[in-house]
Amino acid sequence: MSVSEAIVQVRDLKKNYGDVEALRGVSFQIAEGEVFGLLGPNGAGKTTTVEILEGMRSSDSGTATVSGRDPHRGGDEFKRSVGAVLQSTSLPDKIRVDEALSLFAKLYGSRADRTALLRRFGLEEKRHAFYGKLSGGQKQRLAIALALVHEPRVVFLDEPTAGLDPQVRREIYDIIEELRRDGKTVLLTTHYIEEAERLCDRVAIIDQGKVIAMDTPRELKQRSGGTTRIEVSLAKQADPAELRALDGVADCRTVDGRMVLHSSRPPQTIVALVKHLEAHGNELQSLEIVAPSLEDVFIELTGRRLRE
Amino acid sequence: MRHVWTLTLFRLRLAMRNRAFLVFGIIIPLGFLFFFAAVFAKKGGPAVAYVLASVLAMSVMGSFWGLSQQLVIFREQGILRRFRLAPIGPGTMLFSSILSNLILTIPGIAAEIAAARWVLHMNSFGNLLSVFVLAGLGAVTFATLGLVVASVANSMMETQVINQLLWLSFLMLSGIAIPLPTMPGWLQTVALYLPATYLVTGLERALIRYASIEHLGAEIASLAGASLFAFFVSQQLFRWEPEQKMARQAKLWVAAALVPFLLLGAWETRQGERLSEARSIFLTTFAERPAQRAAPTDAPTPPDKR
Repeated sequence: MSVSEAIVQVRDLKKNYGDVEALRGVSFQIAEGEVFGLLGPNGAGKTTTVEILEGMRSSDSGTATVSGRDPHRGGDEFKRSVGAVLQSTSLPDKIRVDEALSLFAKLYGSRADRTALLRRFGLEEKRHAFYGKLSGGQKQRLAIALALVHEPRVVFLDEPTAGLDPQVRREIYDIIEELRRDGKTVLLTTHYIEEAERLCDRVAIIDQGKVIAMDTPRELKQRSGGTTRIEVSLAKQADPAELRALDGVADCRTVDGRMVLHSSRPPQTIVALVKHLEAHGNELQSLEIVAPSLEDVFIELTGRRLRE
Repeated sequence: MRHVWTLTLFRLRLAMRNRAFLVFGIIIPLGFLFFFAAVFAKKGGPAVAYVLASVLAMSVMGSFWGLSQQLVIFREQGILRRFRLAPIGPGTMLFSSILSNLILTIPGIAAEIAAARWVLHMNSFGNLLSVFVLAGLGAVTFATLGLVVASVANSMMETQVINQLLWLSFLMLSGIAIPLPTMPGWLQTVALYLPATYLVTGLERALIRYASIEHLGAEIASLAGASLFAFFVSQQLFRWEPEQKMARQAKLWVAAALVPFLLLGAWETRQGERLSEARSIFLTTFAERPAQRAAPTDAPTPPDKR
C-alpha cells in the first residue's frame, strides 16, 4: 500500500506510562475502506494505540495521522471525520436513547435520520428507554450508533464485544460486516481470535507494545504452515524435542503445562504419539484438536496463548 | 453558543428527572425558611425579610455542591470521555453546566419568595430586581467555585471533603446560619473575606433597605469578578479522564479563586461600612418596639413610603 492510499498511518509510535513501555515502536497503515484488526492480549498496547489515533492521548514519539490530520492537533474537523466506540465509557442513566442520538447529532452538526439509525441498530423499540435500563448489548449498539451519527470516514472500535455474551457478540459482528459493505474504514481492537478472523481484512498482532506480525488472517495462518494444532495433557512431562520427531509434527512446545503440537498430518501424528507414550510409560490424559487459527500464530511467535 | 444551548437543554432534562433536584432545590430550602422564620421571625414583619435573605443565600450556594459533584461523577463514570470525542471544548461543557444551574435555581428562589409572601405574610420585598440579580449572580459564582473544586479533586471523596470545609465556613461564618452582628468582632472580620458574606449582606440590603443595583456595586463586582476568575481557572484545570490526577498543590487553586474576596475583605476591613450597615439592619429589624428606623445610608426611599 502506498503512503498516499493510506487513510490511517502510524509510524514508530512510542508511549510510556512511568516505567511501563506501553508502545515500543508500533507502525502500520490502513487503506480506505479496509477493516483492520489489532489483535493481542490484555496490556499489549491496543487501547493505547487506538486512543492516540482518536486524539485522546498523546504519544511520546512517532507519528500518527488520520485522514491526513494529526489527531492530537486536528481540532473539530478531525473529530467530525472520525467516530469511536471507547473501551470504557458511559452515558447518564436518565438520558433516553433517542435523546442521546439527537444530542450527539446536534453536537456534530449532523442531520442523520435518527429513526433509520435506530432501526439499523435494532433500537427502535427502545427509543424512549432510559440508558440505565438498557442491556449490555443494547448499550454497545447505541455506542456504535453514536459513533456513526455524523457519518465519519474512519471508525475506531475498541473491544466492541468485550464482556458480551456470544449471541450479542454475533449481532455486533453483523453490524461491523455491514460497515465494511458500506465502505467505512474501521480499526478494530480485540483479543477474540474469531472476531479478528471473521471481520478483518488485515490483522496486526500486537504484543508487549510491538507489532509482531501483520497480514491477512489467511496469510498469517499459512505462516504457521497451515498445520492443525493438537493439544495434549500427559501424566508425566515429555521432552518437546522427542515429540517434534514424531510423524507429521512441524512444531512442539510446552504451553501452560500442556504439550502443543502443530501437525500437517493429524491422524498419523496421533497414532505416533500414542505409540511413543506407551513405549515411554507415559499416559495421555486429554487430547484436543483445533483447526488452524491466529492463536497458533501467536503461540508460535510468543510461546504464550493470546488469552491467559 | 449553539452547542452551549444544546448541552444546557440536555442537563436541564437530566435534572428534571432527578428527584434530588426537587428535594434539595425546593423542598429543603422551604423547610429552612419556615424553620428560621419560626425561630427568628415569630412576629413577622421585616424579620421575615431578614430570614429570607439568609435562606436565599443558602439556596443559591447549593450550586456549589451540585455542580462539583456532577462534574466529578461524569468524569469518574466515563461520561466526559464520550463527550471529549465530540467537537466541543471544556469551556462549552462548563458554561452549559453554569447556565443550566442558573435556570434551575430560579424556581427555588421564586418558591421561597412566594412562601414568604403568602405563608409568612411578608408585605414588602424591597428591590426585587436587585434580589434576583444578586441571587442569579450568586448562583453563577458558587457554581464556578464548585467547578474549581471538581477540577482539582481527584475523586468524589476528595470533592466531598473540600466541599464540606468550604460549605461549613460559608454557612457558619457569613451571616447565614448565625446573624453576622451577633458574632464576635474578630469573626466578623473573617467573614469579610468570604464570598457568601457579600451575597447575604447584599440580599439584606436589597430586601430591607431597597438597595438598587447601582448601590450594590461592591457585591456585584466581587461576585462577577470571582465568577470570571473561577471560570477561567476551572477551564484551565479541566480534565476529561478519570486517571488524569491533580497534584496536591493544585488544590491551592481553590483558594486562588477566592482572591477577589481577599482583596475586597482587606478593603472592607480598613475602610468599609459593611459590618456597620449589617449591624444597623439587624438592630432595626429585630428591635423590640417599632422604634424610629435609621434612614438608609445609601438607598432611595421606597415609593410607597414617600
